[in-house]
Amino acid sequence: MNAPSLERKSIVKSYFSMKKHNAIVAWKKAKVMKRCYLFLLPYAIIFTAFNIVPLITSIYYSFTYYNILEPAKFNGVQNYINLFLQDDVFLIGIKNTFLIAAITGPVGYILSFVIAWFINELPSWLRAIAVVFFYAPSIAGNIYYIFSIFFRGDTYGIVNGFLIKLGIIQDPIMFLTNPEYMMPIIILVILWMSLGQGFLAFVAGLQGIDRSQYEAGMIDGVKNRWQELWYITLPNMKPMLLFGAVMAITSSFGVCNQTMALCGYPSTDYAARTVVTHLFDYGFSRFEMGYASAIATFLFVVMILCNKAIQSLLRRVGT
Amino acid sequence: MSKKKSFSVEKRKPKLLRRRVANRSRGGDLAIYLFLTIMALIMVVPLVFAISQSLKPLDELFLYPPKLFAQNPTFDNFSDLFASMTKSTVSFSRYIFNTVLITAVGTFGHVIIASMAAFVLAKYDFPGGKTFFNIAVVALMFNGYITQIPNYLVMNKLGWIDTLWSLIIPAFAAPIGLFLMKQFMEGIPNSLIEAAKVDGAREWYIFWKIVMPNVKPAWLTIIIYSVQGLWNNPANTFIYSEEKKTLVYALSQVSAGGIARTGQTAAVTVVVMIVPILTFVLSESQILETMASSGLKD
Repeated sequence: MNAPSLERKSIVKSYFSMKKHNAIVAWKKAKVMKRCYLFLLPYAIIFTAFNIVPLITSIYYSFTYYNILEPAKFNGVQNYINLFLQDDVFLIGIKNTFLIAAITGPVGYILSFVIAWFINELPSWLRAIAVVFFYAPSIAGNIYYIFSIFFRGDTYGIVNGFLIKLGIIQDPIMFLTNPEYMMPIIILVILWMSLGQGFLAFVAGLQGIDRSQYEAGMIDGVKNRWQELWYITLPNMKPMLLFGAVMAITSSFGVCNQTMALCGYPSTDYAARTVVTHLFDYGFSRFEMGYASAIATFLFVVMILCNKAIQSLLRRVGT
Repeated sequence: MSKKKSFSVEKRKPKLLRRRVANRSRGGDLAIYLFLTIMALIMVVPLVFAISQSLKPLDELFLYPPKLFAQNPTFDNFSDLFASMTKSTVSFSRYIFNTVLITAVGTFGHVIIASMAAFVLAKYDFPGGKTFFNIAVVALMFNGYITQIPNYLVMNKLGWIDTLWSLIIPAFAAPIGLFLMKQFMEGIPNSLIEAAKVDGAREWYIFWKIVMPNVKPAWLTIIIYSVQGLWNNPANTFIYSEEKKTLVYALSQVSAGGIARTGQTAAVTVVVMIVPILTFVLSESQILETMASSGLKD
């Protein structure tokens, strides 16, 4: 009766003494390598001040009523209750954001991999030009303003002009003020700009795959490019696929600039509202910081969960 | 004779397109070329349209039916832009100056600070290093909008509201730069660093004289990303004074001017897009070399 508990006690004791030992070893190591910390220090301070501290304060303020002028008052989960049960505009924002993320995330991701895979077999001079062509929209800054001319609601708009000339429509369509057309246009524009950092990682990763693996695959009976893709290319690309997925998710949930520039802010009937524009509205127009923090915390949780889910899915690729 | 002919054909072929791989179907190749051509056109047409729009004279901008390409290109829109901008309270050159300043200072600081941190994280095994890197990877997974509101409070505490510091300093610690730099530095052979240590080199010397010259592709890449981010920074949350606003903000003001400013909007768009695209074209090969090590390992 006594023996097992004694044994357990000694295990606990040895566990703690090991912990202590490890801590001492780590401390000694840290002392020896203190110059490493000096190298890390500038980055660590700025990173903490503008990423970690804001994240934690955001979570804290999401449980308070805070309007900057008065000190924050704790009000439990009231912000979250208001958010999901009373704020109809927020629900539009969630719907739009999830719609945009569910379409532009996967389509943009797959498209950037497919294009990277296709141009991989081009000769190098042609590949270099192709990379610039496909990547330019993502880095061209506020190029999406040009779409406000494309889709302008009068006859001078390019799309309206052509449709009228072809006789498909009689009167110009108010593309950017009519809620029916807003989301499809926004999604098209975002897709157009969505070959981001993931695309570059794919192009580079495909170039880095060892050629001899393909030759070995050919001898082992790989018949066509699809088998080659599944059995050789994808397993080799796994780290890049993970990186690309992180980038795609992060950008597809953060859509706001394009909707604000094209459909106006606020847009007609809030039809182009996203979670981030809602966050701006409450944070920087109404200064309801507690409520805005609740929106931010919600978005943070969604992004992290989505990343984790996609990563565990991608780990199974090619196995 | 026939031998000679076949030789010349063989020689010509690989120059244009790479030798065919055995397990590829010709139809598949054709389909791929077709797909790529169509996609490339879709990608490029709006960019070309932006340039052509900025070169259209006034009567062509409001032509019905509209034309995609300028018939009589002029630089009127650009000169109008500078003229109307110099007449306003803040001159156009001021916006350009602000943007260039934050881009240059922010990028320079980012490269130095992120490389220093990446160097010790990649090449030294010290307590807390791995944890710190993992936290930085998590920071890749959410974007800046989430922290923007509390960031405002932090800036307020520091007294940086309405100063350019509020744009420059946070850019120093962008997680993507640290991530790419660290992954690339891991590829540098340890023997190189060990050899330097045996010769009695200090960490700073190893970092500055041995590691940094060897990771040129990586710092070019993070320069591009940093320039891209800072150059396109709308600066509309922390900055109030008109004379501290950036170029992208000026663009949004011009295009808010409505239909009368159509040509000038296109001109500003072109001015804004030229810099990131040019920097990318000039450093493409180096960037791709860096991205080859960008993978997220388990």
